[in-house]
Amino acid sequence: MLVLIAAHAVLSAVLPSVGRRYGRAAWWVATCVPLATLVWSLTQIPGVLGGDTPDQHFSWAPVLHLEVRFRLDGLALLMTSIVSLVGTLVLVYSHRYSSGGHGRESALLVAFAGAMIGLVTADNLLLLYVFWELTTIVSFLLIAGVGRTTAHRRAAEQALVTTAAGGLAMLLGFVMLGESAGTYRVSALVADPPRGGEVTAAVVLVLIGAFAKSAQMPLHAWLPAAMVAPTPVSAFLHAAAMVKAGVYLVGRFAPGFAGLPTWQTLVLSVGLLSLVAGAWQALREHDLKRVLAYGTISELGLLIMLFGHGGHTSALAGETMLLAHALFKSGLFLTTGAVDRITGTRDMRKLNGLGKRQPWLMWMAVLAAASMAGAPPLIGFLGHEAAFEAFLHPEPIVGDPDAPAAGYQGWVLAGLFVGAVLTVAYSARYLWGAFADRPGVPPVHIRRREPRLLAPVSVLAVLGVLLGVAYPVIDELAGPYADRLPSGPKPYHVALWHGFTPVLGLSVLALLLGLAFFRANRVIRRQRRRLPLLPGAYEAYWSVLDGLNAFAVQLTRRTQVGSLPVYLTVILSTVLLLPGSALLFGAVSGDVPMRRPALWESPIQATLGVVVLAAAGALVAARHRLTGVLLAGAVGYGVAGLFLLHGAPDLALAQFLVESLTLIIIVLVLRGLPADLGTRHTLPRTRLLRATLALALGTFFGLFALVVSSARTDPTIARAMIERVTETGSYNVVNAILVDYRAMDTFGEIAVLLVAALGSATLLGQHRLADSDQPWRPPIELPEHRKSLLLDAVVRLLFPCVLVLSVYLLFSGHWRPGGGFAGGLVAALAFALRYLTGGWGDPRFSGPLDPRIVAGGGLALAGAAGLGPVVDGSEPLTSTLVQFDVAVLGKVKLATSLFFDIGVYLVVAGVGMLLISAAGPAREPVGVQEPEGASGPTGTGQLVGSEEPHASAEPRESPGPHASAEAYGHEPGRSYGNGSEHRPERGREQAHERGQEPPPAEPGPSTGGADQ
Amino acid sequence: MNPPDVAAAVVVGGLFAAGCYLLLQRTLMRLLFGFLLLGHATNLLLLIAAGSPGAPPIIGAARIGDEPSADPLPQAMALTAIVITFALTIFLLSLVYRSRQLHGNDEVRDDAEDRRLAENQQREASAAAADPHRTNGSGQARTAADEGGNTL
Repeated sequence: MLVLIAAHAVLSAVLPSVGRRYGRAAWWVATCVPLATLVWSLTQIPGVLGGDTPDQHFSWAPVLHLEVRFRLDGLALLMTSIVSLVGTLVLVYSHRYSSGGHGRESALLVAFAGAMIGLVTADNLLLLYVFWELTTIVSFLLIAGVGRTTAHRRAAEQALVTTAAGGLAMLLGFVMLGESAGTYRVSALVADPPRGGEVTAAVVLVLIGAFAKSAQMPLHAWLPAAMVAPTPVSAFLHAAAMVKAGVYLVGRFAPGFAGLPTWQTLVLSVGLLSLVAGAWQALREHDLKRVLAYGTISELGLLIMLFGHGGHTSALAGETMLLAHALFKSGLFLTTGAVDRITGTRDMRKLNGLGKRQPWLMWMAVLAAASMAGAPPLIGFLGHEAAFEAFLHPEPIVGDPDAPAAGYQGWVLAGLFVGAVLTVAYSARYLWGAFADRPGVPPVHIRRREPRLLAPVSVLAVLGVLLGVAYPVIDELAGPYADRLPSGPKPYHVALWHGFTPVLGLSVLALLLGLAFFRANRVIRRQRRRLPLLPGAYEAYWSVLDGLNAFAVQLTRRTQVGSLPVYLTVILSTVLLLPGSALLFGAVSGDVPMRRPALWESPIQATLGVVVLAAAGALVAARHRLTGVLLAGAVGYGVAGLFLLHGAPDLALAQFLVESLTLIIIVLVLRGLPADLGTRHTLPRTRLLRATLALALGTFFGLFALVVSSARTDPTIARAMIERVTETGSYNVVNAILVDYRAMDTFGEIAVLLVAALGSATLLGQHRLADSDQPWRPPIELPEHRKSLLLDAVVRLLFPCVLVLSVYLLFSGHWRPGGGFAGGLVAALAFALRYLTGGWGDPRFSGPLDPRIVAGGGLALAGAAGLGPVVDGSEPLTSTLVQFDVAVLGKVKLATSLFFDIGVYLVVAGVGMLLISAAGPAREPVGVQEPEGASGPTGTGQLVGSEEPHASAEPRESPGPHASAEAYGHEPGRSYGNGSEHRPERGREQAHERGQEPPPAEPGPSTGGADQ
Repeated sequence: MNPPDVAAAVVVGGLFAAGCYLLLQRTLMRLLFGFLLLGHATNLLLLIAAGSPGAPPIIGAARIGDEPSADPLPQAMALTAIVITFALTIFLLSLVYRSRQLHGNDEVRDDAEDRRLAENQQREASAAAADPHRTNGSGQARTAADEGGNTL
């Protein structure tokens, strides 16, 4: 089974290219696999009839009850044979019928056949669902074709939405069933069905899925609409195979669940409604395909009733009808396709005299339609007989073995009979519509003769006769499934002749009445025009969909007001309400262990706390950006102090360094922003609300902190880490955790850091530098006169020292506070220092180093250090201690995790450099004619040299360089005061490139490198 | 285990309150500050949750005193958090800058799409009424073209 399904999948993957290469020949290739499946399933018949159920399985995700398990029993074998037989014939037919897109169509049909085989043999609920939805998707693709017309697209969408919605309901039902039964194996589930209210609900959900798939009323509207698909597709998917999936599912579950009253009610009522109403509607249609489509709905209703009823006779009738319907309905569809091909129309009002011109086709159609009508000695007759028998003589059913509920049997039988009469009528109407002579209509024009289309039709029609005559075969085939169901004292057998029984009377009466009804139909039709339309399911579907859309819009309108503060208020209120009330409740009920807390740990801590809080409070009230930045820095440094007091020197160090770097970068960026934070044009009420919410949250978190810190009773899980820390070659446990125990986290973190930094650099304008033709080059040169000699000298002196310090921190991290993070941050700060004094103009600043390469190289190094141990078979990120002697230094003890730490160092240092270099020039104002003359644009110099950096952040007031930064923001292409290089159309681009150029007044070979 | 201390809890609470208040503002820069404060507060909370203060978790030669050492695990987590907060802060900052560059200010405005949705209720209602499938009628009109594209 597995091999066959895989063969279908492989073939369908290959077919598109075959189709492109060899065109029509693809259909022959496509036929192979279904044909092989047919042969295989025929060879399986003796075994399965002997009671064998071959099964195959392998584990997929056992925890989720997902396993690939296939099982071939009687019902599965019957369906497999039908699918492969009709599939083969349809593919042969399509070879002639199809006019284009051979590769796509054949691939989809083969894929569908494979999915269908998987569906009927799957013995796991979830696997079954997978195949179920695969058929839905293939059906969507086949109906839509290449999406030529709105009708195609709409029909495909409707089929997809209806069946997939049903499928979702079914999935829910499957999960409920599987959970309550404790197994997802279908065979086990049916053999030992669970009971209970939940199971009933689950069964209803499963039935909804089945009804949607089998186009049962009121979920049937998609099937007539799907008739826009090519006729072979309709014959295969929408008559013989896919719509039978729902029937199959009902049949699969009936032995377990047919005893539920809900099941019986649903199956019989929906089936009966579809049977009668579908047949009635089939009498109204004029398009041959739509006649057949409503006929299919009707027949599927009958099948659902028969399979769902859960008795021996009804199951026999169901299986017979299943086979019969596949044969005659696909035969009739293929006939319709041939009619369409030959005459160019399938509207019965335009067809006149086709029967005389195409007698062979007509007789084949007559055979198939007679089978549909239930005329002897055809296979359809066998099915109809058995169906009448099942409800005429109440039989025991599953779960109700003694007293068959006879109350509804009469009604069902009456409905069945009406359905049979109408079926005869529409069968006759189909034949009449397609082949009869119609006075007053011009005779059809035969466009071409299609003898090769007739072969598959003939096979199907003749098979209907053969199997009807050879009824013991059917009785045998249907046996394995039906025998599992309870039967009366004398089990029924499928046969052509049971003697003069009431059933035979019913069959004959139905035939006669049906023909009479067809004769009277024209009279009735005139009357019927005055009746209202039968359930407008198509319109209902679209109005439901419209309603859903409108509801979505309304919901969006209500909930998505588009205001960030409102969203955040909702989120924060939720935090307050849910965990907050849980905390309060716990505190009140005494579940939360609260101990009397100390007031403070130490006076220093309390003092520092007051400083932090004061800074935070001032930050809330701050009106200027720079004030805010400085206050935020104060909070950060204060928190670092608190870390230190708490016994976390590593944290404190990192916090100090990060805070400094953040401060520098923010100030660099701030130069391009207005000094004022903006007025708060909020209503006092809103402000009060926000303040209340914030205070409540603060109280909650404060309490939370108290509770969690006193709730801790167990010793730290880091105990083992502390005890075994020397194995990592480190004495600093925090560092060991970062680079060894939890190195994977750290690796993820530096990757995030790098990505975020690259994003920031791009947003800040770094990409312009990267895009220019010039290699990585310092973009600014500070004019000589602006440089502070003293500062410059000190920084030059300090720079190497700081770098050495950073490397020291990196290596000392194993026994002191420090490590890759701290080292990298110090290195970044060293570069920041250089940048602030000299800008990029200092050639020794960056040297040949591109920060992106530094950071990327660091990440690569860390990754390599992590993956290194894999080479000699260890787990990734394993660290080993290495000892060796070095000539001068003596004995060196080294953990390989050091390389990882070096990677971290490089990433952090590179990211810092990248951000500083991005933040610096990004703010560089457009070149302005300085009073001093031909000096280049300034920015950093302005900031560092300025007594009051604050002023430089107020571009509106100062007509300095920043005025044009303002212009940059507002009016691209217009830069004030830029006399020498006024190029309005490129003002925006120049803003940066100007920085890279030498001053305009200074002629030189490199002038305008990137600009021109 | 020592009992917790109120001062630390108050600092955490205060930082959360200030951070949340700033987060509810419309100026992006204030949001950035709020974000920073929330980061600090969360790191502190992590540390406090681990228990009472102790000696630095460094063993061996560099160890000073005999105090029980602080729990190293939340410290490592907080260290990671500090660096990530740094990266996110800078990213937010570049968004502030970009917003200023593109819109001329760094205010968070209401989402234009949502606003349009709310305002255009009338227009949408009429558009929905004019939707083609509504006018498509019933019966044969729906299948006006078969798969060959030829009209029936």
